[in-house]
Parts: sequence; structure tokens; C-alpha cells
Amino acid sequence: MIVNVLFYIFGAMLVASALGVITARNPVHCALYLVVAFLNSAVLWLLLGAEFLALTLVVVYVGAVMVLWLFVVMMMDVDVEKLRQGFTRYAPLGALLALVVVAQIAVVVWVRNLGLTAAPASAARPEGYSNTAELGHLLYTEYLYPFEVAAVILLVAIVAAITLTMRRRPGQKLQDIGRQVAVRARDRIRVVKMDAEGRQ
Amino acid sequence: MIPLSHVLLLSGILFSLSVAGIFINRKNVLLLLMCIELMLLAVNFNFIAFAHHLGDLSGQVFVFFILTVAAAESAIGLAILVVLFRQRRSINVEDLDAMRG
Repeated sequence: MIVNVLFYIFGAMLVASALGVITARNPVHCALYLVVAFLNSAVLWLLLGAEFLALTLVVVYVGAVMVLWLFVVMMMDVDVEKLRQGFTRYAPLGALLALVVVAQIAVVVWVRNLGLTAAPASAARPEGYSNTAELGHLLYTEYLYPFEVAAVILLVAIVAAITLTMRRRPGQKLQDIGRQVAVRARDRIRVVKMDAEGRQ
Repeated sequence: MIPLSHVLLLSGILFSLSVAGIFINRKNVLLLLMCIELMLLAVNFNFIAFAHHLGDLSGQVFVFFILTVAAAESAIGLAILVVLFRQRRSINVEDLDAMRG
């Protein structure tokens, strides 16, 4: 019962913060509302029994991705007013579209019964059950290759982001590490063999 | 136990809010990307709801992969946005008319 009450409270907060994301005037406020939305969904995921993913959402999304967002938002000097032209003109259309989508989903969920029977196992977990251990077991056995593909995707994303944003200003003094490492002693010093000079 | 239909409806509301956000903020690339993040969150909700309801952890594995891809997407998207802002001094969608489709 308490789980249901918590679900509705945090669900309402999630919807409110999503509304904040799409209506806030300042992009920094939008990013902060998005952080609130992620935190609320982490709580909801905890209630739905996805402990590992809830904590991953907080650590990875709130801790890393949203900080990246805030950096980018604050780096840009955006003219907010110009970007908000046509906001009120398109707001009714957006609201109508949202209502239509919600109505369609409600029809599918309620009127046409999905015909799914809840698993009895989801109600009562055995003693010592660990969501993280089970998920890890599944990831490293059945989903091993997708897991490795995910790692490669992250690597590609790192390389792409760095190569896109790296720039060389003219006149900047930089070390060329490759040339520094490739240097050998005989390129730098020259040993000259010569006879000793006589006393003057 | 939380009813499946309520979770699905919550994720539907979240998804439709982000669709509406794409409509009303259609000039600001930054907000468009944020709305896409919200959409992915709504989709993740569906996966987790079904994983909980059916007692099958595969749904949570899919959420794991979606989170990975979403993080990569936002990193690359923001990098493109930074380069764009450096070139044009603007993130207005209407200024991006170099290709004139």
C-alpha cells in the first residue's frame, strides 16, 4: 500500500518536472528540471524493483551526463527570447498532440486488455535476492556480445566527441609528444673526436 | 504491488509531454535534445514496468543498453552543438539552412 502511495507521489513530481523541462524560460532551469525528473524516475525504478538501474541512473545520468549538459548550456551565450518566438502560437498544438498521444495510450492500456498475467515471482523475492547480481549474471552470459558492442559504442562516442570539439588555435605552443618520444641521443649531441691542442 | 497499467500510463504521459516539448520548443536545439532524453526515459519506464510485471530481467538489460546508447547520443549531440555554436554563434534551428533541402 505504501508503495502505491509513493508511486503516485513521485509520479506526480515526475510529470511536474517534465512540464518544467518543456516550459521553463531559461535553458539552465530546463537542465535542472531534467535532473529532478531523473531523480524522481530513479525512485520510481526502485519501487519497481530495478535497484541497480535506479542507482545507475543517479550516478551516470545525474552525476555525469547532466553535468555535461550544464557545462554546455552555460558555455553557450544563447539569446533565449529569440528562440522562444512562436512558443505561445505552437503551445495549443503541442498540448493537443500530447492529449491525443495520452488518449491513444490509455485506450491501448485499459480498453484493450493486454492479456498479460503477472508473474507470481515478481511479488515475492527469495531471501538474499540481489537485483545487481542477477543482472550481472544475465549481462555476462546471455547478453555478453551486446554488452561488448555497448562498450564499443561508448568508445566511439568518446572518440567522436573529442575529435569534434578539439581545435587548434594558430600560434599556440604545444608539445609534440610523438616527436619527444622518438628523439634519440645521437640526434641531439654530436661527439667530436679531435686531437689535444698543444700548450700555447 | 503497482498496477502495470498505471506505470504504462505514467510513461505515456511522460512521452507525450516530451513530444509536446519538441513542438513548442522547436527552435532551440538544446531543448530538442533534452526532450529526446525525456522520451528515452519514458521508453525505459515501459521496459522496467514489463520486467517487473512479468518477472523477467531481460527488460532491465535492455534499459541498460538504452542508457548506454542515450549517453553516447547526448555526448555526440552536445559535441556537434558546441561545434555548431562555435561556427554560427547561434543554436536556432532556423539558422541551419546551409543545405536548403
